[in-house]
Formats: sequence, structure tokens, C-alpha cells
Amino acid sequence: MRLTYFPFLVAVWILACGLYGMITSRDLIRQIICLIVVQSSTYVMLVGVGYVTGGIAPYFSDIAGPHATVDPVVQALALTDVVVEAAVTALLASFAIQAHKRFGSLDPQDLAEFKG
Amino acid sequence: MTPGQRKRAFLVGAAGLVILLIWAVTGLPGFGAYPGPYGPAITRHAVAQTNATGVVSAINFEYRGFDTVGEEFILVAAVAGMSVVLRRLRGEKEQPAAREELPGGGPATSEAVRVAALALAGPTAVAGWWLATHAQANPSGGFQGGVLLATAFVLVYLSGEVLAFRRISPASVTEAAEALGAGGFAAVGVTAVVLGLPYLDNFLPLGSPGSPGAVTSSGTIALISFLVGVAVAAAFVLVAGELLEQRLLSSGGTTPGKG
Repeated sequence: MRLTYFPFLVAVWILACGLYGMITSRDLIRQIICLIVVQSSTYVMLVGVGYVTGGIAPYFSDIAGPHATVDPVVQALALTDVVVEAAVTALLASFAIQAHKRFGSLDPQDLAEFKG
Repeated sequence: MTPGQRKRAFLVGAAGLVILLIWAVTGLPGFGAYPGPYGPAITRHAVAQTNATGVVSAINFEYRGFDTVGEEFILVAAVAGMSVVLRRLRGEKEQPAAREELPGGGPATSEAVRVAALALAGPTAVAGWWLATHAQANPSGGFQGGVLLATAFVLVYLSGEVLAFRRISPASVTEAAEALGAGGFAAVGVTAVVLGLPYLDNFLPLGSPGSPGAVTSSGTIALISFLVGVAVAAAFVLVAGELLEQRLLSSGGTTPGKG
């Protein structure tokens, strides 16, 4: 059944949308947001890969007896990645601030012209 | 290369990438049919081995702790890089006029935003503190708890209390807290080595199996999570402070220099 791949195809679609935005946008802030979109596709992919049919969240404080749970390893990966992504976004935003101060523009095309 | 050419070149490459990716994902086991050995193995043994009921935290701060140290230092490096990038510029632009603008230079805040932000600051700080200190039982631990703690500081700024925000988060304190949190995480690992155990081994005593909710119930998991929470909270308060400072400086009458 083809539909069993649907969440993975959603991740591919989000990745493609983000890449398209990064290539076509004429604004550094928009490009940073598109990079966040690209990274979001990895979360969909990770959490999708770890899903187990009928599985519940891997927290055992109120689960009585054995029960199928979703894979906690990919959730741990996604959890730390979200925070690291936010810090990297802040670093990129500071580069955008610096570029705007130096060149008075946020258009990557203008920055390229200033380079020589 | 004009934007039009670049877009066409991208569309060709993206089509190839998407086709390859679709080929790849259709070779995966279907959604919900996860076959991997690690997740089920850890889920089966984590509660007995670590006494932590939150298995994601047990992985982050115990099984995969070495990797989490690396992620922690990526975070610290990114924030340090941001401080460096912005600090050099501030030295260039700092003018007495901009300084004098600061007390009234905050954003014009409506009463609704001010009241909502002030009302939320306390509960947000409490929730962040609880998440950061009770990693063994809750679904996040220090990373998400730290972000919530930092959010409480940003809410103080949002309420228009720019001076209060700067008073409760001086850079000297937040930088020291960030270093303490990140260094403390690494130090917990080294302590295990000094005791003759593998790096980041859980050397603190586990609580009794009947008390999985207590902070002390799962050894170093809660300690590491707390240190991560301190580091993450300090890092994001630093980030917010640096970016807000930029906003205040540019609204203080300095004109951006052109090329």
C-alpha cells in the first residue's frame, strides 16, 4: 500500500519547499527561515521513522504493564536538534545584522556585488 | 548568474534530488513498521537500568550522553560565535547619543501585552525549572526547560521592562552560568573517569525502584539535565540580550554605514 510512505513523502516535500525558498528568496532573513523549514523536514522524517503502529509515548510513570511504544532514540535526536537549531539560527541572524550594517541591504545579490 | 538562470538550474537539481529521495523512502519499511533493534531494546531495559521513567531523557543524558555533550558544545559555540560577531560591531557603532536613548528606548508596549507578559513570566519560569530539574520523569529535560527559563526573561523584556531585563540578566552572570552549565556537564563525565568508570557513567546511587519520580531517583540524569538547563537558559538569555541590544542601538539614532 503506497500510503504507508506518506509521512516520509511529506518530509521530502518540506525539504524541497525549503530549498526552493533558499534559492529564490532575495532577503537574508527569509533565507534563514527557509533553512529552518529545511531542518524541520528532518524532524518529520525522524519522528516518522520511529513511529510504531499503536505505539504510545515512551513514558512509563503511568503505564501499567508492557505496552508498545514509539522509538525513543529518534525522539531524543529530534529533541536536542530543535535547541541546537535555534542557536544556529541566532548565529545566522547575527550575520544578517552585520551584513545589513555593512552594506545597508539584506539582498544576497547585493552582498555578492560588494565582494570584489 | 541571474536569478532566473539560478532558479532553472535549481529546479533541474531539485527534481533529481526529489526523485532520488522518493526512491529512497519507498525502500524504507512502511510508516509504523519500525524494525530497528535499538529503540525496543532501550525501552525494555531503561526503567530497570536507570530508574528513569522518561526514556527519552534516559537516552539523552545517559545512553547517548557522550553525543549530548557534543550537541551542548555546538550550542555554546554558536552562541559564542554570535556574541563575537555582534560585539565587534557594537564597539564600532557605540555613540553617547545611542546610550542616552536606552532607558526610554524600549518598544512601545500596549497594556494588554504588558499585563499578559508579566503574568506569564512567573509560571513560565516555574515550568522551565520543573522541566530542567525533573528530566527522569518528564518529556524534555534541560534543553526544553532551559528554553522556557530563558523565555521567562524575554517576557520581562516584552512587558516593557527593558531596564529590569538588563538588571536580572547582566552579561557577566549569564556568560558565567553558560560556561558553568556546559563545563559542569563535561566535568560530570570526567568525574566518572576519575572514579574508574567509563566517561559519563552514572556514578550516583539510584533511588529505590518504587520512587521513580524523585529528583534523586536516577543518579546523574537529573544532575546533567539541570546543568544543561542552566547552560541552555543562559545561552538563550545571552542571544536575546545581544539581539535586543542591537535593536535598541539602531533605534537610538545611529545610521548604518554604507559599504
